[in-house]
Amino acid sequence: MTGTLLDLARIFATLSLLAVGGGNTILPEMQRQVVVVHSYMSADQFAALYALAQAAPGPNMLVATLIGWHVAGLAGALVATLALCLPSSLLTLAVGGLWWRFREAPWRRRVQVGLVPATSGLILGGALVLCLSTSRDWRFAAVTALAAGGALLTRFNPLWFLAVAAAIGVVLG
Amino acid sequence: MTHAESVPPGLRALFVGFLTIGLSGFGGVLPWARRVVVERRHWLSEAEFTDLLGLCQFLPGPNVINLSVALGARFRGVAGSAACFAGLMAAPMVIVLVLGALQTRYGGLPVVQHLFRGLAAGASGLVLATAIRIGAPLRRHPVGLVIGLGAAAALALARLPLLPVLLAAALLGILLARRTGR
Repeated sequence: MTGTLLDLARIFATLSLLAVGGGNTILPEMQRQVVVVHSYMSADQFAALYALAQAAPGPNMLVATLIGWHVAGLAGALVATLALCLPSSLLTLAVGGLWWRFREAPWRRRVQVGLVPATSGLILGGALVLCLSTSRDWRFAAVTALAAGGALLTRFNPLWFLAVAAAIGVVLG
Repeated sequence: MTHAESVPPGLRALFVGFLTIGLSGFGGVLPWARRVVVERRHWLSEAEFTDLLGLCQFLPGPNVINLSVALGARFRGVAGSAACFAGLMAAPMVIVLVLGALQTRYGGLPVVQHLFRGLAAGASGLVLATAIRIGAPLRRHPVGLVIGLGAAAALALARLPLLPVLLAAALLGILLARRTGR
């Protein structure tokens, strides 16, 4: 049990410091660690937990809370969440003042612009990992495509697309 | 650039403000953070918020969590950070754990499994839409587009670990930004 908690702490603390550009950039690595490396759950279960985190209020990175819960109960949930949040938060605390001081420096802008392709690619990678696991059946691939198209082309609250997708899932069942 | 408000908010106000943000943020918290911090509570001006967000996007970690920490620190030091972070996470964590417990309890029922398959399919579609929206500006920068698509393929198709992919893509991107002087 303690070993599992330590594993969770190590996985999510590492992810915390790798999450350059935000939470969704670490989605592919989180899935790889949880599903492929540690076999805590199947790719389907991972996608379901992510969907749950997205359907609930709050940051989508609460998927870490759910993974911790799934693997090691309440203690796992707390360890995974804190491990994901603390290292990056401490870094933010440490660097916040410096960032303000260098706001006019050209290198700051260059680094900010230069990171855009990497973070965009990481986020797309996370999306593809989820889509690949949920789209093995063409009917569900169509649901994914509809939600993506709807979110891009209309201004409905995204929760509507989740509700409709869940209803379609029940009907297709 | 002046602070939108002269008296810095207290710990309780910070906690309650971020509690509202956490509870409102269905499918993405950042728009709500802007609404509460800039429009409703006038803690930061629009420009100050954008600059602080720039820091939070630059540093590793979930953006909105970094934002809570940085904003709390600016007004009330480490205690302020803790108040904002706790406010942001407390309610959503309880809710998500209740949902998780329900899923563990009833997840075996076929109807719940079908519901979750549909929900997961929809959720991955929403993430795909976000990814496309974030990547769309790269259309005008072919080399950046190639770097981004290459990183995505390396992670999702070749299943390479994040660290080498991130380092390679970040270094290429920064070198490119220097060469083109953008």
